[in-house]
Amino acid sequence: MSLISVQDLTIRFATDEGLITAVEDVSFDIAPGEILGLVGESGSGKSVTAKALMRLNGGNTRYDERSTITLGVPGEAPVEVLSLKRERDMGPIRGGAVSMIFQEPMASFAPAITVGQQMVEQLLIHTKMTKSQARKHAIEMLDRVGIPDPARRFEQYAFEFSGGMRQRAMIAMALSTSPKLLIADEPTTALDVTIQAQVIDLMKDLVREFGMGILFITHDLGVIAQTADKVAVMYLGKLVETGTVRQVIRTPGHPYTRGLIDALPKLSDLDAPLTPVPGDIPSPLNRPAGCVFHTRCPLAKPGLCDAVVPQAETLPDGQSVACLFAQDIYSKEGAA
Amino acid sequence: MSKDPVIEAKSLSVNYPLGKGLFGPRAYLSAVDNISLNIEKGSFFGLVGESGSGKTTLGRALLKAAPISEGEVFYRDEDVSHDLRTIKGLELKDYRKRAQLIFQDPYAALSPRMTVRDIIAEPLEVMGLTKTRAETDARVREIAAKCRLNLEHLRRFPHAFSGGQRQRISIARALVSGPKFIVADESVAALDVSIQADVLNLLKTIQRDMGISFLFISHDLSVVAHTCDHVAVMYLGNLVETAPTRSLFTRPRHPYTSALLSAIPSLDPDDTREAEKLTGEIPSPANPPKGCKFHTRCRFARDACKAERPQLREMAPGHMVACHFAEEFDFSENGALQSA
Repeated sequence: MSLISVQDLTIRFATDEGLITAVEDVSFDIAPGEILGLVGESGSGKSVTAKALMRLNGGNTRYDERSTITLGVPGEAPVEVLSLKRERDMGPIRGGAVSMIFQEPMASFAPAITVGQQMVEQLLIHTKMTKSQARKHAIEMLDRVGIPDPARRFEQYAFEFSGGMRQRAMIAMALSTSPKLLIADEPTTALDVTIQAQVIDLMKDLVREFGMGILFITHDLGVIAQTADKVAVMYLGKLVETGTVRQVIRTPGHPYTRGLIDALPKLSDLDAPLTPVPGDIPSPLNRPAGCVFHTRCPLAKPGLCDAVVPQAETLPDGQSVACLFAQDIYSKEGAA
Repeated sequence: MSKDPVIEAKSLSVNYPLGKGLFGPRAYLSAVDNISLNIEKGSFFGLVGESGSGKTTLGRALLKAAPISEGEVFYRDEDVSHDLRTIKGLELKDYRKRAQLIFQDPYAALSPRMTVRDIIAEPLEVMGLTKTRAETDARVREIAAKCRLNLEHLRRFPHAFSGGQRQRISIARALVSGPKFIVADESVAALDVSIQADVLNLLKTIQRDMGISFLFISHDLSVVAHTCDHVAVMYLGNLVETAPTRSLFTRPRHPYTSALLSAIPSLDPDDTREAEKLTGEIPSPANPPKGCKFHTRCRFARDACKAERPQLREMAPGHMVACHFAEEFDFSENGALQSA
């Protein structure tokens, strides 16, 4: 049984311009101890998908009737996330069994309350600890993520922490309630490479130790290659390709995935030209008909790709690609 | 490429006072500490380092936008030479035309109340470079075309554009006064990879076609490796290594450069090379370590490192390193090109 199972997730927002589709027919599973990387450009719907798992999207959000998100914590009855009605029932998915780490740690801590107080507060809400137990546990967690002198840091405010330390405190806070699923939304994007390497190691250790599942959102394929087990590539609200890290990065099946990899500056070949994916991501207000990627795709065939919506196909080696030419690309790669 | 430097800095320091005592400032924070460098005409000079290493301050000092506390900086072109330490008045105005800055965040850099045309035209009007409106428009259109913005784009406001397009608008604004030297401060850091590649290609085209020299500030080593001719690595206000790009990435010689390179996540999922752990974080520049500033995080540090600050010395053609023991190390395994 997977930890979280998302089926046919479609999210629309009601706006003055009408209903805008942000996420369409997205399905994925995360097992305990597994890291799923979710990759895509800004505006592809990564964060909206992640927030749906905790029901954090705004009041104008419309979830499709067919969509289901099932949280299956081992040993407990499965929770149907989208059918939760009342705020007070959402405890388990908001900080209980599911925790989230945001990109900008400075914006996620209250500036006028000490870091320690914030950690204790959520422990008092989500666990049965007493105040002194919670304090002890919070200091332990700060120590666990490698913050020196945790007892002193516990009394400090977020602005007294450096960037990397703030992100680690954020992780300590997210993990202190022992969540089963961690959602990490671009957790290393604002950090230097050296600090990024420390945070990635820390997250891998924690998966090994606590056996939790992680949904890791990033646009950095290098970070994905070093952390995730599986990858899902998202474009304009759709999953265009899913598979294991090796499949997707070694033999990308979708032209968009290939475009992302070609655009990446690689240290192993300094003379390789950087090839951008041509054009910009279209506005969700006018989503292209047919394949959403056809406006920027080098392989797009007029009359075909702008009319037929490609369904996800499973290639012989197990990766799933939503492209009308997926089989052709795959057989050509195989021959080469 | 000619060998004449467009920018020449000698022992440049930028110090900021820390608070005030009874008899003037008590202490100084040295954001840029005794840096000498030459940026050759028409080159793409990369500056890398962690946040807090002083990259931005150095870039601004070269634009006379941060105070030059000690040392000298010269700007030289065919017809003029400016001494940035003493420059003021009309000369400074002239330098503003010749040296420009492209910012990191294209969302914050553009006024939401001005049309793209007005944003690009503003430097021309402020500096009085064009006399009539028709002349201004012609110049704006010419530059906009170079940055792949069409006439319809010029009538719109910045909110209608994506990140990549906004960055192209910022570039057009920087180019419009006809500069010879541009500081690009983390100009692609906020962009998606596909757009990042597009903007980098645009900057390279501008450098080639218009003969502009760039100081390209970035914390992303793989971006620097692909765009720059020469790279300088900065740590806590000092240059620790400077070399032609290929030389630096084939064989890094400073332990800090090597650690930075090994921390880049590899695209190969089977690459099990352990990142060299740089423990801790960059110390506060208000209270830098004695001796070699990197010794607190260096795994090779010895007593000599704590006592004496190493100076840059040449170890290979154009490859300068500031480390007492650089001869003993072979970091080529962390070099990026070992597989090539």
